[in-house]
Amino acid sequence: MSKKQQGLADKDMVIRALKDSFVKLAPKTQAKNPVMMLVYISAIMTTILFFLSLGGIQDAPAGFTLGIAVILWFTVLFANFAEAIAEGRGKAQADALRSARKDVEAHKIPSAEERDVIVKVSSADLKKGDIVVVYAGEQIPADGEVIDGAASVDESAITGESAPVIRESGGDRSAVTGGTTVISDWLVIRVTSEPGESFLDKMIAMVEGASRKKTPNEIALQILLIAFSIIFVLVTMSLYTYSVFSAKQAGIANPTSVTSLVALLVCLAPTTIGALLSAIGIAGMSRLNQANVLAMSGRAIEAAGDVDVLMLDKTGTITLGNRQACEFIPVDGNTQEKLADAAQLASLADETPEGRSVVVLAKEEFNIRGRHMQDMNMTFVPFTAATRMSGVDYDGNEIRKGAADAVKQYVTDKGGIYSEECDEVVQRISRQGGTPLVVAKNHKIMGVIYLKDIIKQGVKEKFADLRKMGIKTIMITGDNPMTAAAIAAEAGVDDFLAEATPESKLAFIREFQSQGHLVAMTGDGTNDAPALAQADVAVAMNSGTQAAKEAGNMVDLDSSPTKLIDIVRIGKQLLMTRGSLTTFSIANDLAKYFAIIPALFMGLYPGLAALNIMHLESASSAIFSAIIYNALIIVALIPLALKGVKYREVPAGKLLSRNLLVYGLGGIAAPFLAIKLIDMIITGIGLV
Amino acid sequence: MESILQYVLYLVILVALAIPLGGYIAKVMKGDKVFLSCICRPCERLIYKVLRVDEKEEMTWKKYALSTVLFSGIGLVIFFAIEMLQQILPLNPEKLPGLSWHLAFNTAASFVTNTNWQAYSGESALSYFTQATCLTVWNFVSAATGIAVLFVLIRGFVRKKADTLGSFWVDLTRTVVYILLPLSVVVTLVLVSQGVVQNLKPYETVSLVESFETEDGTEVTEQTVPMGPAASQIAIKQLGTNGGGFFGVNSAFPLENPTPLSNLFEMLSILLIPVSLCFTFGKAVKDKRQGYAIFVAMAIMLVAALGIIGYNEQQATPQLSAGGQVNLTTVDQAGGNMEGKETRFGIATSATWAAFTTAASNGSVNSMHDSYTPIGGMITMLQMQLGEVIFGGVGCGLYGMLAFAIMTVFIAGLMVGRTPEYLGKKIEPFEMKMAVLVCLATPVGILVGSGIAAVWPGVADSLNNPGAHGFAEMLYAYSSAGGNNGSAFAGFNANTPFLNVTIGLVMLFVRFLPMLATIAIAGSLAKKKTVATSAGTLSTCNGMFVFLLIFIVLLIGALSFLPALALGPIAEFFQMIG
Repeated sequence: MSKKQQGLADKDMVIRALKDSFVKLAPKTQAKNPVMMLVYISAIMTTILFFLSLGGIQDAPAGFTLGIAVILWFTVLFANFAEAIAEGRGKAQADALRSARKDVEAHKIPSAEERDVIVKVSSADLKKGDIVVVYAGEQIPADGEVIDGAASVDESAITGESAPVIRESGGDRSAVTGGTTVISDWLVIRVTSEPGESFLDKMIAMVEGASRKKTPNEIALQILLIAFSIIFVLVTMSLYTYSVFSAKQAGIANPTSVTSLVALLVCLAPTTIGALLSAIGIAGMSRLNQANVLAMSGRAIEAAGDVDVLMLDKTGTITLGNRQACEFIPVDGNTQEKLADAAQLASLADETPEGRSVVVLAKEEFNIRGRHMQDMNMTFVPFTAATRMSGVDYDGNEIRKGAADAVKQYVTDKGGIYSEECDEVVQRISRQGGTPLVVAKNHKIMGVIYLKDIIKQGVKEKFADLRKMGIKTIMITGDNPMTAAAIAAEAGVDDFLAEATPESKLAFIREFQSQGHLVAMTGDGTNDAPALAQADVAVAMNSGTQAAKEAGNMVDLDSSPTKLIDIVRIGKQLLMTRGSLTTFSIANDLAKYFAIIPALFMGLYPGLAALNIMHLESASSAIFSAIIYNALIIVALIPLALKGVKYREVPAGKLLSRNLLVYGLGGIAAPFLAIKLIDMIITGIGLV
Repeated sequence: MESILQYVLYLVILVALAIPLGGYIAKVMKGDKVFLSCICRPCERLIYKVLRVDEKEEMTWKKYALSTVLFSGIGLVIFFAIEMLQQILPLNPEKLPGLSWHLAFNTAASFVTNTNWQAYSGESALSYFTQATCLTVWNFVSAATGIAVLFVLIRGFVRKKADTLGSFWVDLTRTVVYILLPLSVVVTLVLVSQGVVQNLKPYETVSLVESFETEDGTEVTEQTVPMGPAASQIAIKQLGTNGGGFFGVNSAFPLENPTPLSNLFEMLSILLIPVSLCFTFGKAVKDKRQGYAIFVAMAIMLVAALGIIGYNEQQATPQLSAGGQVNLTTVDQAGGNMEGKETRFGIATSATWAAFTTAASNGSVNSMHDSYTPIGGMITMLQMQLGEVIFGGVGCGLYGMLAFAIMTVFIAGLMVGRTPEYLGKKIEPFEMKMAVLVCLATPVGILVGSGIAAVWPGVADSLNNPGAHGFAEMLYAYSSAGGNNGSAFAGFNANTPFLNVTIGLVMLFVRFLPMLATIAIAGSLAKKKTVATSAGTLSTCNGMFVFLLIFIVLLIGALSFLPALALGPIAEFFQMIG
């Protein structure tokens, strides 16, 4: 599913799409798209008219009718092609996924304790609740929950990410997906899906578009398009009778043929958007898949476009995952250098990112080289939940570092003093959004290490852009309110939820929703499930639990916390593409009228020639040019439908003016030029 | 220059009167106390008591819709019966016979739908009883029905997670008692003061001051002068965008519209309520700018129409100026194309009336649109073809325009990357379906009606002119019905069974389909919660939205009618300029 594979598949995809364009000519497929159905019927009608004209019943010259019929068939094929090519990408993806879904032999066991009582069954026969064991090198046979063991798993078949991930029982990393492979150790898994309903099955159906239902917005747009089509059917039908009436009044033969009116009808009907509508929807889904996000419904993507509140986890989204030491603040008369020295010694064996950052800072600021534990005969005292401190013992010295209250207890227990000065420093660091680590040597406080949350580069700008678009960003963190407020201010988020619990997250979402906001959030843990179920757009991390995945309406295969922002962009882009191409399609009609109306009625009222502002050669060249343009514009716009219109993070008003300018005004102007050009070409090469 | 001042003055007075009236109507809608309450409230109570209406009742949209349809449906049947039986009913001093069934149907449909298309000639076909019990009554209640449905739509936008939308009977009663009756009394008094007749006398015969000879040589010395309760009916025909004149030639007739002052009042009355309702809307949704935006969109289209009509009539035609037979200069006279216009009124007043009456779905005339220049006449027709949403009929004009606004936010909303919403309510497939029905009823009615008429044998005999203008006459008739307007290109003889029936059906179709669809939209909107607005929300009260709304209205009109107009007025125009 990597980009490279898709690039290679391009040629095959086009060939497959070309084939599908003809397969889709089946009436049943056509009936799903009313606007194109109209073109389809028109094509059949003109084809019949052509054969009738061969038999002597002439509506218009046989060559003219044939020409129109051929172009109409091409119009239908072009629309089919647009849809087929959009589906192509998904199909290629689905094929890759299918290869991962092949049946494997599963090792069913009665319970986690009896791992050696193995019954070999086919993975297709596994039911919900069955327990299987999987050893290194074997494929996980079905979706499930790890109930025993820990192992590294290669999930590249689904995520495209080749680095293995850890899966273990309990906690938030217990979900495994069928089709992935255990690389080391073993897992005991309780199956959580029925055959045929696994995550992989759902994923295949989604990317293939097989289970794609029309979204409410698509249905509403289709209603609009059908309404336009009905009007144009009536316009052309009444035009026929008007023409009979006017010709009779003028005492001449009726100048309009059924064929030319059918051509007018197809030109006027919103065929451009009609042909591309489903391609736009499929392409939107496919862009989301490319971002390694799997939406459970098309509706979820549209909702993403509407979202105006983003709940973002602090860690990983707003700040880099780890805090870093940024300052040594000595207290009680100690020097900075001594503090740095003690802090570095205490952190030498501390392999956490925070510990390493202390070592680095001491080296950078005071040129204190990292020493080796063995050299100084040191013993490392690791962090435990009970002491909440870590440190070293060497040569009878004891250095400890840890949270302020833990160190305070440690010092005062041994009769030491926890000074006012130290307390003030600790308070100040908290207020500034940092985390204080107090360092004590031999039960005497030396000073405080200032650990700072590092805000990711560019997030502030990103949030400002989002604000311009009317999207509020809210930081969710387990930190205390003081720290949270400081980080929120620095990162430029609009609001924050501190000391977040699953309950407070849920209440927070409900409150926003009651004010009429649409809320998006990311979650991974089981305890996120209620909030995920409540949010309008809920992205579950693939690394998360089964409960979280079921509660969400999207799954992020990369488990990246910044994905939400991309998802909103894709949602908006999808809706914008739909709106812009509708505008373009309808705006085109003006030029088509100016091409066809004079062509039809110049015979009746010569004065109407003044409306032929494009100076098209003849009546038939005008009709041909308009209808050829109508067919070609579909092909010309396929890339835009697939890529989506350009998206910028600007307020609604600006977006609207820009899109109106490009697709509204462009939609009026483009066909005038194009129709004139086609007219020059077809008369130039003597086609008409 | 002087005429431009005249145009501006008309518009300024209109808006100055409409703003306070809009606020007043908003209060009436909510049932708040107003300065007329001391007089109107007892009447209102009495009506509820007599008709056993529960004032507190709240209807679902389905019940509201059913009440509306039943009310109009039963009204239509009674109306039809009275017309057929008027010779045996009282108040018929001229002993006028009952109407033919098709004319009776056409007339009943015409008045029940607030169209007031007159295939009959008022003074020579209908008795005073018919005029009073049918025409005048329906002038009031058809207007009130339109306003009631608008109230429902506004409630749909305002209410949150609600199932009910108010009571049809209460809305109807309040509209008549608090709005239409008081305004009619004022206008009637003004008109009577100007000399409009108001009596129940038989027609009078008077001798002419100057006798004249007809073409066959007989000398005419006497004239029959029609009488009747004209002033009161004229007041409501104007205020309620009805337009059905008491007399056949409508407000061009001196006894219906004698002086410049009566003309001014009648003209302002045409648009007064439709304009006020824009402000009512803004006030009721608690965002006046929303009302202004709709008003500005309508006003821009009206001014454009007025400008084009005025300009074309003032310029007249090359044929009139050829050889200098007609003096077209404006020195000491109106100049321009005076054919079919009253010399009492001149170009500016006639053009303004023509623009107002076709913008609002009024249809009363003080000049003959048939005689307008091709482009001038086309604009009157186009205003009706746009679905009567440039202010339009009382109530129905605004709810029609709001349906266009829904279509506009749909397309524009997508372009800013959000699923569409209007006034905080999400626009989903159901609303879209209904809005489409509202917006497309007029084009469908006109195209189908005129499309069939064009090939129906014998229709061509009704035309007054051959060629493109003849086609325009027929198209105008169906446009007038399709916009529930009621004005006519005078040359067209519409009293034939086919035309009476088809035009009657078109009027019913374009009145009730949008009405029911509007109530349905209101029902669905009321059930929704309101979405918060943000910088990412499409603004529906700025210049861009106004521009887009106008664009969508014109686009749908142009796409639907360009071919038809090309065969009528546009072809005529090119023939005219040679």
